[in-house]
Amino acid sequence: MRNVFLFIRRHFNFLFFLVLQIIALSFLFRYNKFHEAAFLNVSTEITGRLNEKYNGIEYYFQLKKTNESLVQENLHLRQQLKENYEAPDSDRRLFYDTIRIDTGRNIRKWLMMEAKVVNNTITLPTNYLTIHRGFRQGVHPNMGVTGPQGIVGSVINVSENFAVVMSVLHPNFHIVAQLRKGGENGTLYWDGISPSFISMRGVPRSANVMVGDTVVTSQISYLFSANLLVGTVAEIVPDNTSNFYNLKIRLATNFSNIEYAYVIDNLQYEEQKRLEDSARKKVQ
Amino acid sequence: MSELLKNIIRFILFILVQVFILFKMPPLHRFVTPYLYYLYILWLPFSLSRMSLTFIGFIFGLSLDYFVKTPGLHAAACTLIAYVRPFIIGMLISQEGADKNYIAPSFVSMGWAPYATYVIVLTLLHHTYLVLLEWMNFGSFMYFVGKVIASTAVSLLLVLLTELLFFRKQKFRTNTI
Repeated sequence: MRNVFLFIRRHFNFLFFLVLQIIALSFLFRYNKFHEAAFLNVSTEITGRLNEKYNGIEYYFQLKKTNESLVQENLHLRQQLKENYEAPDSDRRLFYDTIRIDTGRNIRKWLMMEAKVVNNTITLPTNYLTIHRGFRQGVHPNMGVTGPQGIVGSVINVSENFAVVMSVLHPNFHIVAQLRKGGENGTLYWDGISPSFISMRGVPRSANVMVGDTVVTSQISYLFSANLLVGTVAEIVPDNTSNFYNLKIRLATNFSNIEYAYVIDNLQYEEQKRLEDSARKKVQ
Repeated sequence: MSELLKNIIRFILFILVQVFILFKMPPLHRFVTPYLYYLYILWLPFSLSRMSLTFIGFIFGLSLDYFVKTPGLHAAACTLIAYVRPFIIGMLISQEGADKNYIAPSFVSMGWAPYATYVIVLTLLHHTYLVLLEWMNFGSFMYFVGKVIASTAVSLLLVLLTELLFFRKQKFRTNTI
């Protein structure tokens, strides 16, 4: 026993160093697995406040671009107003109204909430955004986030007034997306090379894909509503070892000047997940 | 200004510069991530015990980590260089008692060549460990080697600029008074 104490005393500095290393590494690897680490909620609140101050200054330099992108989006939405469409009168044509008034059921699935982006990185190997909307304002983990131009990421951690969003530019961000033309599915992932491109794998060779085709979110994803823009195909790389294409996709979102984003709440997620979990249990 | 206050202000400044300037810059290349914040650890006084040095390194790295949402990554690298620092200084100091006569490591207190060696060795160590931890998550071997070399080169340039811009005057203290 005495020798143990002597050993600890003699190598105290080294042991202290080892303990700190182990704490640091356990933070790091636990975080990558479960998206949560010690004190992250508290620190999000503190760093969020600082980032908000910084963003207050930086925002003025981006006003022109932000305005432009919002005008673009307004134009896009105005194009879809029903006054712009007029069909010839004919009693054989069927119209489906999306707003059902006379049912008691709640059929709304997706709820959008706007949020100010207060911090964003694009240069690191793992990128995150911080948005100024937390669980008090209805954000919880596993919600999709989209921007005026295209998808942005998914919420992984919330504090009272802020939320941390895992950017599309993160190696752990994987979602299913599809080609708008043919409807073929593939998985999106970021290879860490450039902040304006993302890769898509698992698209079957039978797909008729060309450079410039649009890629949108799939309805299979529980994070995003269907048909949100992801980007356009920039390069087609046939993977000779398999029957799939690897597509290089130019992201629609310009991550370097994103100022506003929309958090998407899937209101039917709980029910769907409960059903899927119970079905999985039944099979086992 | 007392040494403690000076170091607290430096702590905050280095974190803010790293987070809000160096990490916000548009990337030159994906291999190039400019790091300057670890210079804080190289500038800490000689008089700190090895245990407190290691602990300051850990806290300093962790506070940067919480800004970039990678808890533990920079903390691990900072703890390593803070722990290794006394060994390197012990090897490089030529005159007897330079660590008693001056407050902190610098060109003046250690001399040009030993101080440059000290900076280069610790920079390389810091970057190698940091990129190694990143590489475990993703990337290829070329990514690892390329990023270590490119980031080290850019960081050394930044360190040189900082040393020239903010030249630290070091008074020679004798303990005979």
